Amino acid sequence: MESINDEKVRELKLKANEIRKWVIKMVYAAQSGHPGGSLSAADILAVLYFHELRVDPKNPYWPQRDRFVLSKGHASPAYYAALAMRGFFPEEELLKFRKVESFLQGHPSLMVPGVDMCTGSLGQGLSAGIGMALAGKMDSLDYRVYVLLGDGEIEEGNVWEAAMTAATRKLDNLVAIVDRNKIQLDDFTDRMVELDPLEEKWRGFGWRVISINGHDIVQIMRALNEARKTGGRPTVIIAHTVKGKGVSYMENTPVYHGKPPQSEEEYEKALKELEEVRRGI
Amino acid sequence: MNWDYESPRKAYGETLVELGRERDDIVVMDADLSTSTKTAMFGAEFPERFFNVGLQEQNMMGIAAGLARSGKTVFASSFAVFATGRAYDQVRQSIAYPRLNVKIVATHGGITVGEDGASHQMIEDIGLMSGLPNMRVIVPVDSNEVRSVIRFVASEEGPFYVRLTRTALPNLTDGDFKFGKGAVMRDGLDMTIIATGIEVGYSLKAAELLKEKGIDVQVVNISTIKPIDKDIIVKSAQDTGLIMTVEDHNIYNGLGSRVAEVLSENYPVRMLRHGMRDIFGRSGRWDTLLSHYEMDEKGIAKVAENFYKGVKS
Repeated sequence: MESINDEKVRELKLKANEIRKWVIKMVYAAQSGHPGGSLSAADILAVLYFHELRVDPKNPYWPQRDRFVLSKGHASPAYYAALAMRGFFPEEELLKFRKVESFLQGHPSLMVPGVDMCTGSLGQGLSAGIGMALAGKMDSLDYRVYVLLGDGEIEEGNVWEAAMTAATRKLDNLVAIVDRNKIQLDDFTDRMVELDPLEEKWRGFGWRVISINGHDIVQIMRALNEARKTGGRPTVIIAHTVKGKGVSYMENTPVYHGKPPQSEEEYEKALKELEEVRRGI
Repeated sequence: MNWDYESPRKAYGETLVELGRERDDIVVMDADLSTSTKTAMFGAEFPERFFNVGLQEQNMMGIAAGLARSGKTVFASSFAVFATGRAYDQVRQSIAYPRLNVKIVATHGGITVGEDGASHQMIEDIGLMSGLPNMRVIVPVDSNEVRSVIRFVASEEGPFYVRLTRTALPNLTDGDFKFGKGAVMRDGLDMTIIATGIEVGYSLKAAELLKEKGIDVQVVNISTIKPIDKDIIVKSAQDTGLIMTVEDHNIYNGLGSRVAEVLSENYPVRMLRHGMRDIFGRSGRWDTLLSHYEMDEKGIAKVAENFYKGVKS
């Protein structure tokens, strides 16, 4: 791994900021989509696509590539923005998100260059990641598999089936990241299903657990690096985040889970706030 | 057509072992039923390519998708009720939609599961799987055909659903399976019985009983439910003018419904769907259940005779 230097951190902060701007532009252009959980995951995606993942946009299905599964498929705006910015397809396509003439489906589809697994029905991505991790071990390939889950998503039972199996199979080439933004579609997660003590739950299932601030670029980089050193166990990174991060009126507001800015004024305000963040980086 | 009884599950297990010896990319999964589905035979010889995930059908289908996405040809097995019902959304989202190379081979389809009762007797699976875009659905007629079907699906890219029964089946073919093609098993002029799976043998025996009543019955086997052989169905309708379907499945969304679609769009004739008439099954020995629901040779002959007389009189 490259050493963590200030210039790299600054670059990744700028990438995360750019992803957030795309998220706002995309959901506003589409007049649909999920900004809240896209904004909370932007820093994680920036570190994955511009630092951690061994991928080659010119050869998107290279067998040795690291795999990434966006299990919380509704964060597709942030995912597609990261893929386009990384060079998997032209950025112009992003403004056609969710439109019939585009391959950018509402939720990740294999039509999209660089997407390793289609998702959208929550709770299934970790299973697919296990399949990829098992295949890597069978074929003696050293690629790693990363799965990004939502915290609401882990209410799905399939996730815990997968959690048990990943530990049983000692998949140390598998990293799960939980975007712990504490809000799901209808309400705050703790008012729907008590997820805490989340760290203890994963530990009890046999995983190595690393808890971080999911908006701190250095912490994300360190956690992903730390996950490489875990012999014989899968690692889960609990990334504590803020839903809607970077846009004041969306932060910690369940209603912006799946709703674009509601007016031209709201749209401009979001972009203006993000631009102010950029200037401060 | 030697009518020797052989277990289709054992034929499946044996064929998997042969394929495992021939090809490194074959991977087999199960969800704690491997001694029943016979995938354990593969597991014994290829433990490094066999993943028995325990009681996790949903997780199994998701892992199967991930393995397939990484270049493996994956066979995933369980009982029909769990493989298609319990894991339906995983099959839909993670296998059918991305058209991944997963072969779902389910055993214990239909009421002939027997004593375990309605909870385990899957009579909706053909409908569930046929309704999925990209999914192809095969019900082998006998154990010889199981061998060729398993080899066929292993050689074809993309998802398949193969439905097997728990009970032994008489060998009616020498295993010359042709994907998407039905087969005339017996010629006849008065009416046609179109059947699938275990019901083909019973329909042939019923045809003999009906012959004694003066009714000359053609019997057609449909092994590929999707895509269905339109030509053979239309030809039968043209030749005999009267069609009855028989299946160990609900009459809704199974073989009968597929045949009705073909006929109504192409060559409408009178028809009757026979099988489980939108009711759940019950416990009992598999053969007594077939008798109870008039799906053995006597029951089929009785239903067919009434249908024939009702239309012709």
